[in-house]
Amino acid sequence: MVDLSVRIGDLTLQNPVTPASGAFSWEYNDVIDLNRLGGLVAKTICREPRLGNPTPRMAETEAGIIQSIGLPGKGIQYFLDHIVPEYAKFKPPLIVSASSEDIDEFALLASELDVPDVDVLEANISCPTRNTTGGNFAMHEEHTRKVVAALRAATKKPLWVKLSPNAGDIVSVALAAEEGGADCLVIANTFLSLKIRTDNFRPALGNKFGGLVSPALKPIVLRMVYQVAKQVKIPIIGIGGVTKAEDVVEYMLAGASAVGIGYAGFRNPTALVSIIDDLERWCDERGIEKVSDLIGAVRDDDMEMDTLAAASIGV
Amino acid sequence: MWPEPCQKYSNSALRIDDQDTYPQRLVGEFVGLVVSNDWANAEYKHMVVRVHPKALEAYAGQMFHLLCPSPDGAEVWMRRPMSVYRVDRDAGCVEFLYKTEGRGTRGMAMLKAGDEFNIAGPLGKGFSLKPEWKNIVVLGRGVGLATLAPLAQLARNSGVRVTAILSARSPEVLMSKDYFESLGASVVTVFDSDGSSAVENVETILEGLIADSAADAFFTCGSARLLKLTQRLGKARGVPGQVAMEQIMVCGFGACYVCVRTFEVGGVKVLKRVCRDGPVFNMQEAVGW
Repeated sequence: MVDLSVRIGDLTLQNPVTPASGAFSWEYNDVIDLNRLGGLVAKTICREPRLGNPTPRMAETEAGIIQSIGLPGKGIQYFLDHIVPEYAKFKPPLIVSASSEDIDEFALLASELDVPDVDVLEANISCPTRNTTGGNFAMHEEHTRKVVAALRAATKKPLWVKLSPNAGDIVSVALAAEEGGADCLVIANTFLSLKIRTDNFRPALGNKFGGLVSPALKPIVLRMVYQVAKQVKIPIIGIGGVTKAEDVVEYMLAGASAVGIGYAGFRNPTALVSIIDDLERWCDERGIEKVSDLIGAVRDDDMEMDTLAAASIGV
Repeated sequence: MWPEPCQKYSNSALRIDDQDTYPQRLVGEFVGLVVSNDWANAEYKHMVVRVHPKALEAYAGQMFHLLCPSPDGAEVWMRRPMSVYRVDRDAGCVEFLYKTEGRGTRGMAMLKAGDEFNIAGPLGKGFSLKPEWKNIVVLGRGVGLATLAPLAQLARNSGVRVTAILSARSPEVLMSKDYFESLGASVVTVFDSDGSSAVENVETILEGLIADSAADAFFTCGSARLLKLTQRLGKARGVPGQVAMEQIMVCGFGACYVCVRTFEVGGVKVLKRVCRDGPVFNMQEAVGW
């Protein structure tokens, strides 16, 4: 019926719904059929074993949660030996998120991940809690160009680059990533945030800063996807505040080829499957045969129309 | 806050009479119906929820992740993990005993009979009984008693004798004494109000049980002091034990690493996830509450 498949470069996803890195693991197979997802996105791996940040790692705010995990993991060898095989049991492509603070080490990590069961390298150059000042490559276009070029040289895998919403000019950073050799841009990581408790005057998170995860991110990230899509030729995956099928449609209209989902899966463990079902129904009801026809289909070329008049006739 | 999407994105949850379209699943997202949600005393409420039969597979020490309604008009963003108080397979219900403390439990307290309640689970590794344990001691305080109650039921079903040491501020706020007795446990109550809950006194009680060969294993939940005591005594007297822990939790599936706690395994400090590696852990590996 409805063709939900989308292409990201040479890779075909059976549908545009993927989990966001850090919000997902193969362990979700306990509750949903992972073979239904567009892709499987592993939690960011670092070369060295890391314990991660001190607790508490999550706090609720008025407009979503802030969290700071600190990329815990058992290192690259454990990942290759024990975690990649867990994902290899499922059909959707495995997208491996990876991170490092050092370009040479990052390139080494990329080459180490160039193994058959890994389908895509997602370079997390934007973890807001990567260190206590929140610094990361994606804050600056020059740093982005350099690290992406080094990763491009180190791996033959499709290279997706995850950008930061905390950069001053995300379009320039996106162009730098494209020039560096990225095959796809993942927009965006979480927003650097802070909560201070008024009962004891202390930061609510053990790491002080955290990333905001919330449906509230959607209009902001959607704007970023829209702006970047106008400037780059490579595909985009939109991540931020997707909680329902219409949000996927909105991101695709803005120019995204697929979406990543974090928060909604936390709140409702079956959310990703629900959204895929709803997206198919949404397209079917409207006679949309291929979901990929929605990519960049926003009607923004006749905006000189009087907006009041347009609103009054429901355009 | 956004009613239409809420309807949209929970529609894969299993309602009571739904066919299970994905029988391989171990954990479900369920939309249950509240049967009752009454005050058990001045601080605690007891909720009974009728659920899809799949949810009844929960065993002692496991949790459900509860999508609590808001108590104040602002969003309650994340689920709240809560251990199961009782599974009533005949009635098709799971039960929770909880203290109304934070926004989640205050919202939960507002639910009435007939309301829908979205719960995900059962999650985590619960209590386990080794065949050689014929007499166990459970020590609980406060809401920790709710976590330990299904263990007493499991022990009874396995022919294991239970001594339950129930600790509370005063007799008025003691929970579950009758329930533990109905499960055949020998109940010892200790209170702050008369000083009997002091560590030295509980230690004397435990030493007596060890001397009587009535303490093959310790199980505890809800008190840092009781954990420290049973750790120390367990180590000195060679009594193994398990402790149920809690932590702020997000996904519940082991993916996000929010709910970690520190444990010491073979002399090395490691972080374990309460949602998946626990909530029940080897007592001797726990580092603080």
